[in-house]
Amino acid sequence: MSFLPRALLLVAALSIAACTNADRFADGDGLNGGGLNGSGTAGGSIVPGSANDPTSPAYFQQAVGDRVLFLVDQSTLTDQGRATLDGQAQWLMANADYQAVIEGHADEQGTREYNLALGARRANTVREYLLTKGVAGSRLRTVSYGKERPIEICSEESCYAKNRRAVTVIAAGGTPVS
Amino acid sequence: MKHISTMIVAALVSLLPMTAAAQTGPLRIEITEGVIEPLPVAIPDFVPENPAAAQLAAQLARVVASDLTGTGLFREVPSSAFISNVTSFSAPVQYADWKAINAQALVTGAVSLDGGGRLTVKFRLYDVFSGTELGSGLQFAGTEAGWRRMAHKVADAVYSRITGEGGYFDSRVVYVSETGPKDDRRKRLAIMDYDGANVQYLTDSSSIVLAPRFSPTGDRVLYTSYETGFPRIYVLDVASVGRQAIQTPPGNMAFAPRFGPNGRTVLYSLEQGGNTDLYVMDIGSGQSQRLTSAPSIETAPSYSPDGSRIVFESDRSGTPQLYVMPAGGGEPQRISFGQGRYGTPVWSPRGDLIAFTKQSKGRFHIGVMRTDGSEERLLTASFLDEGPTWAPNGRVIMFTRETQGAQGESSLYSVDISGRNLKKVRTEGGASDPAWSPLQN
Repeated sequence: MSFLPRALLLVAALSIAACTNADRFADGDGLNGGGLNGSGTAGGSIVPGSANDPTSPAYFQQAVGDRVLFLVDQSTLTDQGRATLDGQAQWLMANADYQAVIEGHADEQGTREYNLALGARRANTVREYLLTKGVAGSRLRTVSYGKERPIEICSEESCYAKNRRAVTVIAAGGTPVS
Repeated sequence: MKHISTMIVAALVSLLPMTAAAQTGPLRIEITEGVIEPLPVAIPDFVPENPAAAQLAAQLARVVASDLTGTGLFREVPSSAFISNVTSFSAPVQYADWKAINAQALVTGAVSLDGGGRLTVKFRLYDVFSGTELGSGLQFAGTEAGWRRMAHKVADAVYSRITGEGGYFDSRVVYVSETGPKDDRRKRLAIMDYDGANVQYLTDSSSIVLAPRFSPTGDRVLYTSYETGFPRIYVLDVASVGRQAIQTPPGNMAFAPRFGPNGRTVLYSLEQGGNTDLYVMDIGSGQSQRLTSAPSIETAPSYSPDGSRIVFESDRSGTPQLYVMPAGGGEPQRISFGQGRYGTPVWSPRGDLIAFTKQSKGRFHIGVMRTDGSEERLLTASFLDEGPTWAPNGRVIMFTRETQGAQGESSLYSVDISGRNLKKVRTEGGASDPAWSPLQN
């Protein structure tokens, strides 16, 4: 996951105008090779709410990166995870109207209750890290889905690795639902 | 489908013996010993005592036969081999005819159905080679709608007289019915007779439901549901299908509930700040007491049948293992010591064994161990077996087996504690998280 400096947000918005997939940008400085991608928004206008609008949840999800992954049985953050969460914290601080629910998940290589608890640990790890970066705790809720919501189902490590995740889901502002 | 309540007045009458007082003959299966040759048993169609009972007469015998042969301990002598037929319940048994076809046990029955839907079922069990009855004949009364339960009660009596074990056929299983692919799995609570008949759905599939558990009398079910967007524990009344959430702190996940042996407490896991511990709640007052305070995961608790101790799963040692502690909390003793990870412990209703899930070298196993952790035995092995539940007699275990890959599905399987007789439980579609009821009244 790349970290996009705020200074480059406008440039990045121009260059990803036509991108709607969840590919992560390889360049640390946020410049897409090749400049403008052509179709649609010539002239650099930002479509509000879309993935090129840096204040939108879609941007958070696709450009900042909404998830971190974990090793088997682990709930500790990797360097890459911390880098992604730094970006999440920045976005959350810049867009203070939003709440977030952090969903923790586990792969299927475990029993049902333990995986619920493990997912909760992972979600909490993310929450604690975001708190240290200055995000207000009242904006962050956690929930675990254990192994109930896999996104990859091939029963091999390549799929398991993607299922061992904590996903930060942006929601509109308001008081947290109990 | 509205729940059909079946009123059975069990064993209204012990029937007068057909011959001299029954002796305890050699007709006995010892389940715990080595390889067993299934006992040949003849179960002719029951005798209809009025024309209205004709269809049920055959159906009852079939259910009795399925129960007995389904244990793996009995083999049915086919009716095509019968030399004489049973046309009258009170006529003397022609033992020579049954000996000749090696039917070591003989079950005869009779059934009548009156105009008001009231069903009466009688049976006798014979030890053929001793030439005597084994135990007393019994008579059951109930409604026509409850006919399967009466067949199960007959089979339970036959089973327990011959094996010396309690029966388990007149019981139900609550479980999660599953549909859809692994990445869009729909779950809803369902209940059925232990043999798969009389399925009833208790919730819809609009939210994830997990791990239902019966109360000690089988009248209520505890389960975990995400219907509020967050795992919380609900109590469902089986007869009315009404349910309500139990009071736990709103911001915290609550899951893995089990009733206490008196049905008035709920043992459960509560998550706070990413950490999961065990709590027990008094249902009447709604007050909870915290039982563990470790920074590790403590979950999947289960009471001993006398309520004095709790076995649970904790990763305080670094990997999930099994621990036993007093029911009021206190210093837990580790009881799992093999190579691998242990979870989902469940105390047998007989108090003698603890069943569990074990992961080792990439495989999952259902196993049993003594309550001090000794004599660990693995009963199954597959890609993913988990979540054992005990039959009421503590001699059979049902569990979830999921197959691997994108087409993977969950099913229910049962196995007896000797490791024999592993077989799939028939369900409509996928199924997981079974919980076995006590014997019904």
